[in-house]
Amino acid sequence: MIGGMSRIVRTMTTLIFGFIMVYGFYVIAHGHLSPGGGFQGGAIVASAFALLLVTYGTSQIQSFLSKDLLSILESTGLVLFITFAFLGLGATFFYNFVSNSGGLFGTPSAIGVNPGDLNTGGTITLMNMAVGLEVLAALGVIVLTMSVASETIHKKEKQ
Amino acid sequence: MIGNFPFVTVIILIGLGIYSLLFKKNLIKIAIGLTLIESGVNLFLIALGFRKEAVAPIYTQAPEGVKMVLPTPQALCLTSIVIGVATTALVLSIVMIIYQRYGTINTDEIRRLRG
Amino acid sequence: MSSILMHAPALVIALPLLAAFVTPILGRFNRKTISWLASFTLGLTLLLTIFIAKQVLTNGPIVYVFGGTEIGLTLPFGYSMPIRIIFQIDAMGIFMGLITAVVAFLAAIYSISYMEQHTGLDKYYTLLLLLATSMFGMELTGDIFNFFVFFEIASISSVALVAFRSTISGEPAEAGLKYMVVSSISALMVLFAIGLFYGQYDALNIATIASVMQFTQLDKIALILLVTVLSMKAGSVPMHMWTPDAYSEAPAAITMVLVAASQASLYALFRITFSLYNVTLNTITVGWIIIILGVLSMFIGVTMAIIQSDIKRLMAYHAISQTGYMLLGVGVGLAVLTNPAALESYGIKAMEGGIFHIMNHAMYKGLLFLTAGSLFYRTGTRDLNRMGGLAHNMAYTATFFIIGAAAIAGIPPFNGFASKLIIYESVYQFNPLLSIIAMLVSILTLASFVKVFHSAFLGPQLEHYKSVQEVPKSMVLAMATLACIIVFFGLFPELIVKHIVHPAVMALIDQARYTATILGGI
Repeated sequence: MIGGMSRIVRTMTTLIFGFIMVYGFYVIAHGHLSPGGGFQGGAIVASAFALLLVTYGTSQIQSFLSKDLLSILESTGLVLFITFAFLGLGATFFYNFVSNSGGLFGTPSAIGVNPGDLNTGGTITLMNMAVGLEVLAALGVIVLTMSVASETIHKKEKQ
Repeated sequence: MIGNFPFVTVIILIGLGIYSLLFKKNLIKIAIGLTLIESGVNLFLIALGFRKEAVAPIYTQAPEGVKMVLPTPQALCLTSIVIGVATTALVLSIVMIIYQRYGTINTDEIRRLRG
Repeated sequence: MSSILMHAPALVIALPLLAAFVTPILGRFNRKTISWLASFTLGLTLLLTIFIAKQVLTNGPIVYVFGGTEIGLTLPFGYSMPIRIIFQIDAMGIFMGLITAVVAFLAAIYSISYMEQHTGLDKYYTLLLLLATSMFGMELTGDIFNFFVFFEIASISSVALVAFRSTISGEPAEAGLKYMVVSSISALMVLFAIGLFYGQYDALNIATIASVMQFTQLDKIALILLVTVLSMKAGSVPMHMWTPDAYSEAPAAITMVLVAASQASLYALFRITFSLYNVTLNTITVGWIIIILGVLSMFIGVTMAIIQSDIKRLMAYHAISQTGYMLLGVGVGLAVLTNPAALESYGIKAMEGGIFHIMNHAMYKGLLFLTAGSLFYRTGTRDLNRMGGLAHNMAYTATFFIIGAAAIAGIPPFNGFASKLIIYESVYQFNPLLSIIAMLVSILTLASFVKVFHSAFLGPQLEHYKSVQEVPKSMVLAMATLACIIVFFGLFPELIVKHIVHPAVMALIDQARYTATILGGI
């Protein structure tokens, strides 16, 4: 964790990293159609961050993944989530006001066996995205903080 | 009989978790014990919703006339997993702080608060 | 305006939640504003709670449905059941909600000055607001799984707050870990019990489960699990080991909120025994179990408190002891639940005492913890042996301490006396011995607080405390508010008991009304 890993691991990480990220965002976006959702997708993206941390070591990653940026993203995700809940106040809190309205994510969902339409779900889809943003940032902050802390402990023990 | 195996596993998991909470001195092992209990409870919830020869409860992908497993326990279980992640992260970070301060994670050596 | 107030039950949790999420963003631009934002939001929540309380007490229980307009779903062949997450607010729930609102608001006010020098304030206020949200959720919800979720949020946020000071020393982290293990086990066992209910009755709504409750073997297991873990979280005796650690290591304002949080667990215990099981229980056995837990808590708590020299640890043991009074009062009510004559003559009275004591305890124990926090703020120590003569420098704090100590020891005209008197009188009719033990504990409490007052405030002015001053205004304001409430409750107990406490007790006893609120509406 300190100096980073060998060239083989680095090359493989650069190769897979993008795919893991794309898969995570896919799971977030399809949360209302297939198993998964905001939390699961966010966790997948955060695991890509963890992979980077393990491969390259904390010091190199910090320029790429800043803790400040991640915590702003985290709060933004949460605020977005609660805002969608507030917007439902026309009926009740958390009311799905977008679904079946015809606009973005507002197509009525088809009955029966069908492959699923991405443009459905209403606030569920939007909230999935907000939660995904929050979770990837929060878990990113957690792995980053833990690796920084364990590094300082490690340094202390060496002295 | 075979239908009860999940519940036997639940009892074993929770028992192991409680055992490691009570008798282990290592804080990491205590954290593992908590996770074991959590897995036991999650398995219990999932096992409650199980039906024989049923499919996953995805409405748009199940053929007509086929039984589905009960989705509510799965939703409960998912919520519990999400909370469990937060709990585990918190426990582990507190263990890290304790290690930073005391230089050990043995419960016998870190007990400053007594009486 | 009225349409917004229609959503007051949702806003009570939504506003602190929104503020909690905005706080980290705002904290980047302006560090000062976040403490005011927290106080403002919690003040607004307090107003909303008072508004709901007024509505509930005049018009009866409120049901608020999340995410839809109907509680239930009616299938084409006529089968209907409640499926949505609901808030079911009756007099008991809003009684606890009022306590939470007052305590959380004052904690935020107190923190403005108390936490000023600390780093990581944005996290502190986020966690405080989350804790307040989750306590409201636990008290107002009508859905047992929703209760579990709020229970876990309360655990996680309060553990993080207990361990907040671990940047300075290791003890807060240790206390936090202990509390975390206890809370996680409690929450997981609650979830297990929920699984048992769901497996049998296919419902998560408390009222629905209550209406079909069969009291099978599995229900008995669920009851044992729930009573054990909830009394553990409430800090009652056999499982009280986390209480002194968590209470003494948390920042003072948080300790006050933690007291209210353990009372939310106590509320859940009452809700489950009264609203969920009610007469299907063997009420005499369960009632006596709760009474014995209460008496043990009272006695062991106070005896452990007497030997402490750390002021906050001492108060924490007293908190255990006072929890015993509530368990005693409500336990007596539960024990005579199936006996209408006894219930009428002293059972309701005993429960009124117990429930009234919850509110009183939150107020005076909060005040005492805040004075302890003020002493720590100025002297930097919690060790009573190193304090002395502080009444010379901190006149306000000393006065507030006297008020709090007199209230906890049950001296008239303070509120502790009012509720304790009701408990003594009614419990005496049930079993004289219990009443005598309660009085004895009260005397020991007084002795212990006389000792604290003597060693902290009286005596000659110490050399190294010459320059100590009175605490800042916001801290004095928070303490003064609590002191006013204590004196007011002590002077007009009848008013409070008649208008707030009695409806709460009736809401607990009357299970049929609780279930009818939901099942009548679908």
